Amino acid sequence: MGKVIYVLGDDISTDIIYPGRYMATVLPSETPKYVFDDIEELHEILVKGKFQPGDFIVAGKNFGCGSSREQAVSTLRGYDVRIIAKNFARIFLQNSINLGLPTFICPEIEAEIGDELEIIDDRVINKTKNKEFKLQLHHKSRQAIIDAGGLIPYTRMLLLQERIK
Amino acid sequence: MGQTLVQKILARATGRSFVSVGDILEPAVDLAMSHENAALVINQFLEIYKGTGLEPKVWDPDKIAIIFDHRVPAESAKTATNQKIVRDFVANQGIKKFHDIRTDEMGICHQILPENGYIRPGYVVVGTDSHTTSHGALGAFSFGIGATEMASVWTLGRILNVQVPETIKITVDGKFQKFVEPKDLILYIVGLLGAEGANFKVIEFHGETIRNLSTSGRLTICNMTVEAGATSGIVPPDEETIRYLREVANVQDEIEIICPDEDAKYEREIKIDVTNLEPQIACPHTVDNVKPISEVAGVKINQIVLGSCTNGRLEDLEAAAKILKGKKIAKGVRMLVFPASGRILKEAIRRGYILDLMEAGAVVVNPGCGPCLGVHQGALGDGEIALSTTNRNFKGRMGNPNSEVYLCSPSVAAVSAIHGVITDPRNGG
Ligand code: SF4
Repeated sequence: MGKVIYVLGDDISTDIIYPGRYMATVLPSETPKYVFDDIEELHEILVKGKFQPGDFIVAGKNFGCGSSREQAVSTLRGYDVRIIAKNFARIFLQNSINLGLPTFICPEIEAEIGDELEIIDDRVINKTKNKEFKLQLHHKSRQAIIDAGGLIPYTRMLLLQERIK
Repeated sequence: MGQTLVQKILARATGRSFVSVGDILEPAVDLAMSHENAALVINQFLEIYKGTGLEPKVWDPDKIAIIFDHRVPAESAKTATNQKIVRDFVANQGIKKFHDIRTDEMGICHQILPENGYIRPGYVVVGTDSHTTSHGALGAFSFGIGATEMASVWTLGRILNVQVPETIKITVDGKFQKFVEPKDLILYIVGLLGAEGANFKVIEFHGETIRNLSTSGRLTICNMTVEAGATSGIVPPDEETIRYLREVANVQDEIEIICPDEDAKYEREIKIDVTNLEPQIACPHTVDNVKPISEVAGVKINQIVLGSCTNGRLEDLEAAAKILKGKKIAKGVRMLVFPASGRILKEAIRRGYILDLMEAGAVVVNPGCGPCLGVHQGALGDGEIALSTTNRNFKGRMGNPNSEVYLCSPSVAAVSAIHGVITDPRNGG
């Protein structure tokens, strides 16, 4: 369960999530403070911790389009929030799986700020609106990376297996 | 059943004769490119080795390329330190395809790779930059990935989790009007497909117009396929590809050519005739907000930017120099020129283009990404408007969320510089 803390439109680019002017900052431990720097309200909610763990940001189509900068994922990963979008841009989606940012693809999602959502198996339930929406589950090869805790531990596992062989 | 070009490349890279759309593969990587963000890749790479007791070693130093381009020369202590970390790593690991900040080797990664012969038809190329799509111009399957994924490639030599994409076939015929350029064609296509119209798909380019384009124009087109969400763009290799590799990239060894099957199955086929295509403009704040120039002519401009991995090549500088030779840039307008590589800059000097541009009033900066991503030279002031030959116009892209960016071709940029407003080059420069 969680509340919707913010609703974004279509085509939110990685320049919006993590502006290019902070790109010299690369370490995942340092990127969160610049999250959504040009959307003041959302920036404040996240940085000042005005949300509960597991709350949701809901977005439209093509979330994370544009630059491949991984900071756009690590900056969000710094907060315990979940992202539901109608769909994601390819590189952003893969980066989020690699870094363990919880992302959910829900083409039909309808939600407003303050709505209570719950995710059960392959469905999002909007308790406030009393509606259900279907999720597109991640492919099992992607799920394997998520289950391993991200691409770093997953690659480490493969590396050890292959070196021992 | 026949296969698309990307299917054939992926089949080869996984040692199979056939792959189907949707298959999940782990293809071997022929070239892995990073720029300054190699600093983050290194961090993640060392993280992978942590606790394994193994000495961190990249899988094959000859297949890794690192190019400094985004912030050159360094604009801050932080960047300079990142660059130093990368330099040390490169020396340590024996990576030779490294391009540091010096005019005899520097440039934007998407120009350095092709002009140095690092890309070949049939290669699987990955890069920690979304415009890695560019290299499809030489018949490679080339796409952008994140830094952690690159660390995994450096470790394993293959890329996990590649789903064989569907391919959209675009056939382009007809002859461009004078002053209409490859940039106008790709802007038109991005407008047609929309920002996510090709998400997770590849665009394969065919037709006489593409065949008649130089590799330079093909790079411009493949570069911007990502603006329609595409995983990559690709042009089946031909005589022009071989000419470019031999004459420009100085490749001596054998060049293998892989082409799509005649009976390949495409997700969609689109036909475009460029005969009547007008110059196109992408209006603020999305790249797919494309309009024919007749609808936006007259918009007042503060800054013109000519350059980038999209349009910083010799042909682009030539087109602008021809228009600006003997003319003056309008008062109150700044024009910034940033050539895509040191080699291009030197050649443009030899041919006199740089002098023509400078005498018109343009400021020529060193090769690199320059103002394109808004962190280095040429930020915009509040309320200012830029007209740029780069590839993105998202809010804040040129360093200021309170400014606007329009995207255009080099000819439109040059003629608009003279008039201080967006101007159709066909109506006289
Ligand atoms: S020129 Fe611009 S788009 Fe091209 S690689 Fe550099 S920052 Fe990216």
